Parts: sequence; C-alpha cells; structure tokens
Amino acid sequence: MRNENEQEKLTPEDFERVTIDAHHSERIEKPSLSFWQDAWLGLRKNKAAIVSMIILLVVIIMALIGPHLNGHAGDAQNLRHANLPPKIPGIEATGFFDGDGKLAGKTVNLYEMKKVDEYYWFGTDGLGRDLFTRLWEGTRVSLFIAFVAAAIDMVIGVAYGGISGYFGGRTDDIMQRVVEILIGIPTLIVVILMIMIMDPGITAIIVAITITGWIGMSRIVRAQTLKYKSQEFVLASRTLGAKDGKIITKHLLPNMLGIIIINTMFTIPNAIFFEAFLSFIGIGLQPPAASLGTLINDGYKVMENQPYVLLFPAIVISVLMIAFNLIGDGLRDALDPKMKD
Amino acid sequence: MVKYIGKRIVYMFITLFLIATASFFLMQTLPGSPIASYNKLNDTQKAIVEKKYGIDKPKPVQYAIYMKNLAKGDLGTSFVFKGKSVNDLLATRLKPSLILGAQAMVFGTIVGILLGMLAALKHNTFWDYGSTFFAILGISIPSFVFASLLQYWIASEWHLLPVGLWNDGWKSSVLPSLALAMGPLALSARFIRTEMIEVLNSDYIMLAKAKGANGFEIAFKHAFRNALIPLITVLGPLAAGLVTGSLVVEQIFAIPGIGEQFVSSIMTNDHATIMGTTLLFSAFLIAVIFIVDILYGVIDPRIRVSGGKG
Repeated sequence: MRNENEQEKLTPEDFERVTIDAHHSERIEKPSLSFWQDAWLGLRKNKAAIVSMIILLVVIIMALIGPHLNGHAGDAQNLRHANLPPKIPGIEATGFFDGDGKLAGKTVNLYEMKKVDEYYWFGTDGLGRDLFTRLWEGTRVSLFIAFVAAAIDMVIGVAYGGISGYFGGRTDDIMQRVVEILIGIPTLIVVILMIMIMDPGITAIIVAITITGWIGMSRIVRAQTLKYKSQEFVLASRTLGAKDGKIITKHLLPNMLGIIIINTMFTIPNAIFFEAFLSFIGIGLQPPAASLGTLINDGYKVMENQPYVLLFPAIVISVLMIAFNLIGDGLRDALDPKMKD
Repeated sequence: MVKYIGKRIVYMFITLFLIATASFFLMQTLPGSPIASYNKLNDTQKAIVEKKYGIDKPKPVQYAIYMKNLAKGDLGTSFVFKGKSVNDLLATRLKPSLILGAQAMVFGTIVGILLGMLAALKHNTFWDYGSTFFAILGISIPSFVFASLLQYWIASEWHLLPVGLWNDGWKSSVLPSLALAMGPLALSARFIRTEMIEVLNSDYIMLAKAKGANGFEIAFKHAFRNALIPLITVLGPLAAGLVTGSLVVEQIFAIPGIGEQFVSSIMTNDHATIMGTTLLFSAFLIAVIFIVDILYGVIDPRIRVSGGKG
C-alpha cells in the first residue's frame, strides 16, 4: 500500500518480473478465419458493394416475380389500350404517374379519355402491351443470357488455361499460338458475324458472346497455374504421390478461385451489354421476345412522344451494370491479397 | 526488338487473313440473298445479275478472286449501291467517323485524366468519391442509352443542338462525340487515379517533397508523367470501345459514317460491304494493339530489356 508521497521512490520490489511462457508465444489470439470469412469481412466494409448486392437481389427477385404481379401478360395486345402513360395507384394523387400524357401537344389524362379503368404501372407500348410485365420479362432474359454466357466463359476459360498452363511444353505452345491469333480478332466483329449466320434467338446470342469471351479467363488461369504449380506445396503433394487430377482440384483451383470469381463478375455486365447492344442494332432477339436491349430499342423509336417507354428499361440496365461493376470492384478489393493493408 | 516486331507483323497478317477467310465463308452461309427482290426475277435475269456481281462462279473460285483483289486493296463492288466500289463507299464515309472518334478520344482522355488526377490528389475526399462515382457511371451506362438520353434532352426537348445528321458543321458532331467520349473518359479517369495514388506514395515523390518542390510541380512534373505511361496499355480497349460505340451512336444520330454503314449493310445483306467494313475495323483495331505494344516498349525501358512480350 503506497500513499501519494511515496510515489517517487520506487524500489526494486515494486517491479515484478514477467516470465515469457514459450508455450503461449505462438498462441493465436483471434479466432482463425477461413479465406472466405476473411473476404466477407473485407467485402462487408465496402458500402457500395453491399448496396449493389441488395439492389441486384431486388432486381433478380423482380425479374422472377415481376411479370406475375399485375395480371397483365407480357404478350397480350390490346390496341384500345395502346400508348398509355404510367399510372400507379397510390402515387397518382401526387401528380406523378397519374396517367397524364401528351396528345397533339396538350396534356390530357389518357386513361380518362380512353375510358381505361385498369392501371398500367409503367404504361403500355404501341400495341397496348403492359410495359411493367415486359420490363421484368426482358430483365429475366437479359440476366439469363448474361449468367449462362459468363458460366460458359468461365468453364471453357478455366479448362483451356488450366490445361495449357499445367501441362506446359508443346501443349502449351500450340494452345498459346491459337490464343495469340484469336485475341487479335476484335470481339465485336466475331460477335456480329456469328450472330448473322445463326437463327436469331437466345442461343445465338450466348454462342456469339462466348465464342471469344473465354480467352481473357484462359490467360488469367494459365498465368495463375504457372505461378502455383512450381511452388513447394504442390511439389510436396506430388512427392506424397498425388495424381495430376488431385493436384489440380485440391491445390491449384482453390488458390485461383478468388481471381476466377472476380473475372466472372466482370464478364456478366459485359454480356449484358453485348446482348443489349445486339438487340439495339436489331440483330439480337427478335419480336415479340423482350430483352432489355429490345425494350430500349422499342423505347428509342417512340422517345419523342412516349419517353417513359425508353426510361424504365434504360434505368434497369444502367442500375444492373453499375451494381455488377461495383460488386466486382468490391470483390477484387476483398479477395486480392495484394490489396490487403 | 526487330525480331519481335517482325513476328508481330506476321501475326497481324495471319489474323487479318483468317478474318477475311472466315467472313467470306460466313457470308456464303447467310440466309437470304444480297440481291433485292431476287425471287421475283426469272432465270435469265438471275443469270445476268449473278454474272455481273461475279457470284455465278463456284465458291472456291470466288474466294480466290476475292483474295487476289484484296491483296491489291480492292474490296469489291457493293451489291446495294449500284456499281459503286466498296472502297469508294467507305472512303466517303470515313471522314465523319474519324472526326467523331478523334474528338471523343481527345476530349474523353483529357477530361478523364484531369478527373483522375483530381481524385488522386484529393484522395478520400468528396472530390475523390464524386469522380469515382462518375467514372463508374461512365463505364456502366451503355453508350446507346447515354446517346438516346442526350438526344432526347439536349436536342429534341431543349433544341440546343441538332438531333442528328451531318450537315450542321461542328454542331452536328458535339452530341455524338460526347456520347462516345464517356467510355474513354471513365476508363482513363479510373486508371489515372489508381496509378497516381500509387506513384504519390513512392519514394521519389517523398524526395521531391523533401527538396521543397511545391504541390503543383510534384503533381505535374513527377507524379503525372509517371502515371501516364501505363495509360497507353488501355488505348487498345479504348479503341475497341470507340468502334463498338460508333456502331450504335452513328445509328442513333444518323451520322453517315462507317459504323452506320456497317449496320445498314447487315440489314440489307450487302455481302461485299459487310466484309469490307469488317476488314477495315479489324485492321484498325489490330494496328492499334500493335502500335500500343511497340510504344510501350519504346517508352518504358524495363519492358524493352526483357524482350518485350505482351
């Protein structure tokens, strides 16, 4: 017990020797995290990526259930209800989305004029089809094309790059010469040429997008395979008698998974763009099928008088592209160990 | 270096040859005939028309003739524009496309670089977040959506600039160039930002600060010049993006350029013009990638020494 006057006088007895226990020096203080838990912690800090994931989830859910929400079929034509502006129950009282539209330069309520009792939330097109239903049907088709194309790109790219990098030697030489020539061919040209010779439709678009889309992935996977296959843990595994198949699936692929996922996240918006692009210039999906590209194309044609036809698909495609890009950015920051501070 | 350039040139020709061959045979499998109202002609008329365009001969012979002419730089005769050679057709349409492309490139990269520098110098402030968000918008929003919106608001609602066509001097080129510039702008802003942040953290910037160089001098003389070199690598994707964009943007603004010609040739099955345009685009993009690779080796000695592959 010391009082304040004695504070200055410290005697050797005041100090206590701390003994370092060799058993505890290697103790891990924090719970150990797997690679994915660590990545999730990193991703969770990225607000833009989290918001994007939520928005993306909402869009995907709407693409699945949206077409059934208001009882109008996407291909049901009703010429009496053609060219109606958006009218949403509840919001109409505010003056927005109340069914007012321009007719011969004057603003009139087209619903009252045409004696339409139903609500078309996002309006109707020139054939009287409900744009709300068509928008989500189109989103579904666009997302489907994008996901399938990205998955095919991933499978071909990983297989090609993996084989080329892992077996090396003459196999690698030949495979890389092929890639060097293919990479010189502009993607756009190949996509357009391929789509021209096939029957227009979802399959044609997917084939056209994937025919050169896998090259980027294959180059990345090859470089990663080359990097990892010469490392000690692979050598150790081989010494213990592991076969090629086991080394690839147990040691190489798990290490590359992060970079493969990041790359796939960036191919999805690319595929969405190409589908919309092809449909916009008129060689993609053919009517009456809807995709974001065809809807934007339809909307562009009547932009002058019915801007809402263009507005909604334009918003959805932009939001989708932004969300995928932000998630890709966030994943790259979270998964790439080089970026760790 | 010489050996490397030689090898690359050989590859370029192989690629072009493959594209020419592939597009020739793909054209043959296209559904429909390039000749309008072909089915209404009787057999004699068909024979005359086919002879005129040289499509009466067997396919391999046609291919040999096409390749021979191509080697001389002759792209053949358009099926749709009567008797006009594809060379002439594309030559008259080259100018608007080049003007738009050049304007978009210059405007986009300059504004993008400034935006990227601003973001890097004011790292983690409002300016940084603002310009990063702007760059994300530029990368994400498809050029045709942006072009349609520009056309709707600026041209048809506010009547500030012409809605389309190419007969109003520089005014006609403003909106399409803006629409095309978004891609290069966003890409270079993002790229310069990352590079600048990295360079600003390097030792020689610290040294410059220690010497007492002012902020402006550090930003432009030391950081910017070193951040600029890697920007050359994205020129390839940028050029590809411009060509893709030009197809839709020229369509939207009804610009009589190469992209618009390509799309309308596809619609009218004009085989010779489709092939000619395909080859022109491919040659342009291949040349850009080649120049970028060479330039990079010339500018950055570290790449040149190691033999310069990639």
